[in-house]
Amino acid sequence: MSAVLRPSAAPQVETPLRRFASQFAESRLALFGLAVFVVIVLAALFAPWIAPQNPYDLAQLDIMDGRLPPGSVGASGMVHWLGTDDQGRDMLSGILYGLRISLMVGAGSALVAALVGASLGMLAAYAGGRTDTLIMRLVDLQLSFPAILAALMILAFLGKGILNVVIALVVVEWAYYARTVRGSALVERRREYIEAAQCLALPTGRIIFRHLLPNVLPPLIVVGTMQVARAIALEATLSFLGLGVPITEPSLGLLIANGYEYMLSGKYWISFYPGIALLLTIVSINLVGDQLRDVINPRLQK
Amino acid sequence: MTAPTLELRDLRTHFATRGGVVKAVDGVSLRVDRGQVLGLVGESGSGKSVTGFSILGLVDPPGQVVGGQVLFQGQDLARLDEEAMRHLRGNRIAMIFQDPMMTLNPVLRIDTQMIETVLAHAPVSREEARQRARDALGQVGIAAPEERMRAYPHQFSGGMRQRVAIAIALLHKPDLIVADEPTTALDVTIQGQILAEAQKLCAEHGTALIWITHDLSVVAGLADRIAVMYAGRVVEEGPVEAVLDAPLHPYTVGLIGSVPSRNRRGAPLNQIPGMTPSMLNLPAGCAFAARCPRAAPGCSEPPPFVEFRPGRSARCIHPHAAGPPT
Amino acid sequence: MLVMSVLVFVGVYAIGDPVEILISPEADQIERERAIRALGLDLPLWQQYLVFLKNALHGDLGRSFVFNEPALKLILDRMPATLELAFGATFVALLVGLPLGLYAGLRPNGALARGIMAGSILGFSLPTFWVGLMLIMVFAVQLGWLPSTGRGDTVDVLGTRWSFLTWDGLRHLAMPAFNLALFKISLVIRLTRAGVREAMLMDYVKFARAKGLHPSRIVLVHVLKNIMIPVITVVGLEFGGTIAFSVVTESIFAWPGMGKLIIDSINVLDRPVIVAYLMLIVLMFIVINLLVDLTYTALDPRVRLEGRT
Repeated sequence: MSAVLRPSAAPQVETPLRRFASQFAESRLALFGLAVFVVIVLAALFAPWIAPQNPYDLAQLDIMDGRLPPGSVGASGMVHWLGTDDQGRDMLSGILYGLRISLMVGAGSALVAALVGASLGMLAAYAGGRTDTLIMRLVDLQLSFPAILAALMILAFLGKGILNVVIALVVVEWAYYARTVRGSALVERRREYIEAAQCLALPTGRIIFRHLLPNVLPPLIVVGTMQVARAIALEATLSFLGLGVPITEPSLGLLIANGYEYMLSGKYWISFYPGIALLLTIVSINLVGDQLRDVINPRLQK
Repeated sequence: MTAPTLELRDLRTHFATRGGVVKAVDGVSLRVDRGQVLGLVGESGSGKSVTGFSILGLVDPPGQVVGGQVLFQGQDLARLDEEAMRHLRGNRIAMIFQDPMMTLNPVLRIDTQMIETVLAHAPVSREEARQRARDALGQVGIAAPEERMRAYPHQFSGGMRQRVAIAIALLHKPDLIVADEPTTALDVTIQGQILAEAQKLCAEHGTALIWITHDLSVVAGLADRIAVMYAGRVVEEGPVEAVLDAPLHPYTVGLIGSVPSRNRRGAPLNQIPGMTPSMLNLPAGCAFAARCPRAAPGCSEPPPFVEFRPGRSARCIHPHAAGPPT
Repeated sequence: MLVMSVLVFVGVYAIGDPVEILISPEADQIERERAIRALGLDLPLWQQYLVFLKNALHGDLGRSFVFNEPALKLILDRMPATLELAFGATFVALLVGLPLGLYAGLRPNGALARGIMAGSILGFSLPTFWVGLMLIMVFAVQLGWLPSTGRGDTVDVLGTRWSFLTWDGLRHLAMPAFNLALFKISLVIRLTRAGVREAMLMDYVKFARAKGLHPSRIVLVHVLKNIMIPVITVVGLEFGGTIAFSVVTESIFAWPGMGKLIIDSINVLDRPVIVAYLMLIVLMFIVINLLVDLTYTALDPRVRLEGRT
């Protein structure tokens, strides 16, 4: 068996990545979701530069500007494209900054939960026996309990604050990752290349990280994407109920809560626009995640 | 001579798959007369089941009937619309499937499934429908039909379930029954009983029966005529004794020869060498040429279906001797 | 259950010293001690727990710090309201989701079917509380068709008050139930569609067609009965989650149910109520799981009769 060197006929090499990308692109809806999500992330990232006003800087606020409808001009001559809230904060700025918080908390907690869950899942798969049973029992317990209740309880114990919210979210979410990763790891572990690596007496850590992980990653990514959306939604719900992030650094959920009392008097924009922003974020992530799952899963089954 | 109950003229059913067009049924012509039993024999993949489904218009996409005629009592079923077909199915033409466990709905009771069949085609009362169902069950030899009707399919044995399926087929006393391997999933003893029932019922009602199977021994005792299919085409056709005693087509010869009971004890079993060709990649001429001991250069042309004797035809350019003329 | 009770008790104890909250800071040492003893807070933790258990077995889960009423009674008083909401939501979810899912399954490639599936993504992505707000805004404020908050008139049945039996009650129930149902509608649609697509490929459907049955009968009787089993099972199991999630809906619509109570209690650290609520929820989960199992046995004849032979 010799490697025959042939001049490559095709200018484009079809790598697995390229193939994946083209399969993903088959759904226009998913592409749209991806585009929207990228825009949102960029907007949140550059918020300090593109927002007309820094909503945290109390000095900039003029309470006389409060509750202005969208499109009106404030006392300082600034146009409030999306209106102002009861404190006189520009809604657009508030939303941009709120996006930052929402995304940070959502994605951050998902990431941490992924790390924790994946580690535990792999541990369970690799160790087997009682460790496996113990971890899986915990997973089952966690999964059978409704997320919102668990989060509420944890926040009740810990109190409010961004860090506590992240902790609560991580506790609620790790179980999904653990179960997915354990399942994949169990399947992969029996495959030949692991045996081959073991025969070569590679250290276990190396086996796990360089061999097991790349194959466990695809389903993990699928679960992770949907989980990020869930985390963002959960954080928003918690903040809305008053048990989430502090008022000083409002996330989208809190912004919506602020507008609750003004609903009945017709000042809808205080709740409406943050909600749209939240909506777009979650929907776009879910669209992407849905298509990811459709593309990745059939390939796994081949 | 009265019109045959069923006549297939050059029926073609093709499946449009990703790999290409599969010509599952490629120019099949058959006829069955009133009260006759036709045995349709062939291996898996020969197209016999698809032929059966094509008659009833039950071919699932991506398959469809693309050519030919399905003349039922002179009327071309292939040209009928779905609603008209629906009135015929279960009524004048019935079908019995292979695995009764899968074909009877597991979550519905037997009586429900029988009564609905009666009510679909006859405007009678539920009581009357129930009565008819009871009678049909009695006809196929199920004891105490009244209680057994209230059971669910999984509470019956395989043989009983198939009897129920036959009973359902007979509810409206159809003129034609297409039975697709109805005894393949059953024990040999039950098989014998069911065959006997079928024969009796056909004789009594004058129902034409097409019995699709891969098992020659089954048709030997049951059928009046036999048609052998290979790779989507009929390769031999004729009265059952004549075909089995003096087959024309080399494939039929091989098929008969490979039946274990015909073997001498201790001698190696006969097999037809090779495998059925892939339906996506049929050879240009005779589909059997690659495995045929009598293959000749002329076989690369599609052989015509020739009537070598009255009522006996084969698709071969050098068939075996046909035996003494009948 | 025992594990849960230990977890909850310890956790709740760690919330914070209720002493600080309930006893006014001005009280001098003696009053404080008297209050502490009255509330049983001076005993060591494990003893408090045992007292709690003993009381619990007698149906006494403590008195609310805030309302000074038995916690259990508080919660049970509000349970009918929450149950109404949860059942209403389930009902709506099935009513809307089943037909849509059926359609999407029968014509999977049609434009409408694809729209339904895209819509289902929307259904579980939309943040429930925001949708609730929007519903209020549109239907109550702008259009004035439905009342925005609270529960409608109730009718006394078997000693408890139910509002869905009155027209006014239904008007009040409509929006919150629909809001709560949103997520489940998506679930039902997806489940039904998957079930239908799978069922249509089965042999019994082909056999039903061979019998010449009318297509609507085939779908509505043969197919539906088969897919109802997994759908009902999942919906049943989700019911617990629905009750939990009613926390949000109840807050928005000021629906006087258990959920609103628990949020308020968490905010003021009314420990007995929180503990009692959690106990009750866990109990309900166990009961629900049991009921779902029973329903499954009742619906699927194959499972049902195996037990007898």
